[in-house]
Amino acid sequence: MTSADLAAVRLTLELAGVTTLLLLLLGTPMAWWLASTRSRWKAPIATCVALPLVLPPTVLGFYLLVLLGPHGAVGRVTTALGLGTLPFTFAGLVLASTLYSLPFVVQPLQNAFEAIGPRPLEVAATLGAAPWDRFFSVAVPLARRGFVTAAILGFAHTIGEFGVVLMIGGNIPNKTRVLSVSIYDHVEALEYPEAHRLAALMVGFAFCVLFALYSLRAKSKLF
Amino acid sequence: MLPARGVTAWFGRSGSGKTTCLRLIAGLERGRGRLFALGECWQDDARKLFVPPHRRGLGYVFQEASLFPHMNVRENLAYAERRRRSDAAAARFDHLVELCGIGGLLSRDSESLSGGERQRVAIARALLAAPRMLLLDEPLAALDESRKGELLPYLERLRDELAIPILYVSHSVEEVARLADTIVLLENGRVLAQGSLFELFPRLDLPFAEGEQAGVVFEGRLAEHAEAHALSRIACGEVSLWVSRVARELGAPVRARILARDVSIALSLPGPSSILNVIRAEIMELSDYGPDRVNVRLLAGNVTLLARITRRSREALSLREGLVVHAQVKSVAVVT
Repeated sequence: MTSADLAAVRLTLELAGVTTLLLLLLGTPMAWWLASTRSRWKAPIATCVALPLVLPPTVLGFYLLVLLGPHGAVGRVTTALGLGTLPFTFAGLVLASTLYSLPFVVQPLQNAFEAIGPRPLEVAATLGAAPWDRFFSVAVPLARRGFVTAAILGFAHTIGEFGVVLMIGGNIPNKTRVLSVSIYDHVEALEYPEAHRLAALMVGFAFCVLFALYSLRAKSKLF
Repeated sequence: MLPARGVTAWFGRSGSGKTTCLRLIAGLERGRGRLFALGECWQDDARKLFVPPHRRGLGYVFQEASLFPHMNVRENLAYAERRRRSDAAAARFDHLVELCGIGGLLSRDSESLSGGERQRVAIARALLAAPRMLLLDEPLAALDESRKGELLPYLERLRDELAIPILYVSHSVEEVARLADTIVLLENGRVLAQGSLFELFPRLDLPFAEGEQAGVVFEGRLAEHAEAHALSRIACGEVSLWVSRVARELGAPVRARILARDVSIALSLPGPSSILNVIRAEIMELSDYGPDRVNVRLLAGNVTLLARITRRSREALSLREGLVVHAQVKSVAVVT
């Protein structure tokens, strides 16, 4: 593989890693709130979380481009802070990936939390556990499986991004050219062998990841 | 006002609101108004006060023993111990394990235990948090008969040994008869009656007088053993009752139960008969029960008895209030 392609691999893994971590940090409280709230905001917010599942990635990419650009609401803030604008930077990619993979992390977590039911938490409360304590000592361990699913799906989904990444990231080697975009490039340049190599790599990777996920689930109950 | 130790049973039919009441006391559900318990105010809507459940210092045993599935028995118990109220003396782990009979289960997974074992662990766990009050929500309801029989003696021991009030929700007359000292009777979310077990059971106007379990509970002292026939005599004031031999020392307090269907009435002292216990008593009250029967409340010294007879017999014997008759008691069950 050429060094350009290797750079694409490295970049892709970095993007997926950072995005997944960020999503686990932000998505967990979101999933917990969605699972336990009875507020009338639950349905609208759940809908917003699920939007990236149905929207064409180019739509998401387009609106992000506008928002993050020099004339958009966020773009104006970042320029004022001296940070320039986010499109065509790695940070911009992370932001876009986070939004794009949001439902893939939040939904498994929310389902896992909901599956716990109210009883274990009531028990913990009667035993003297305060709300944070209940969350970490009971909810999180019982939702272990959800965390694994969320992490794996979030990571794998980000690896496979194309549309959003292309719009927000452009195609800048070493900075925003991820694997999916590299394959596109190779095909456009009729460099089929290189495209094959990368595409096969991605299929192999996706298969291994999902296989690991499903075998773990089949084997143990609580993982 | 409920007593500071011993078992108070909250009794009522399904849907009478007893579980809801318990959950309100525990803070697991929130009603409207004010809630006072253990000398503290736990809820006052006027002052926007609500003490959350984890700060009320209560132990709660749910109907389906809800052990944490991601921990084994020992870890479940340790969970409670670690969160023990700081001002409480350490509930002795070994003593509670022994009290609940779970010594051999400590390294087991909670999923592998039987229903009765799970409840015992749940009780030990609740007690390890050193609660100021123990609430049990129909702990035997989810168990079959033999498991219930296994668990009841442990509950009786708890009642005898714990120095904190115990609130026990149940719809089983038998459990209440064996365990309770005080009863709060609920119907449709309202308190219908409240008082000691001994006072409420014989009342003909309460649901206790209905069904096959209707009867009285009384307390007496072991007065005599008749070794030759393996019998013991319980004395309550001037009234004596013979029961199967009780393995306790003389003078020990004994609680016994007499079902209404085991009591019959005779106008005069019956001739030789197999019935051991014949007591002279005065009829205090009569009340129709169904189309064909009558409940009769009798008083003999300090002991109140309930008899269930047919309406035909009542008319044939011309039974009425104030009449002194002979109550024949076929069976007395000692409930310790």
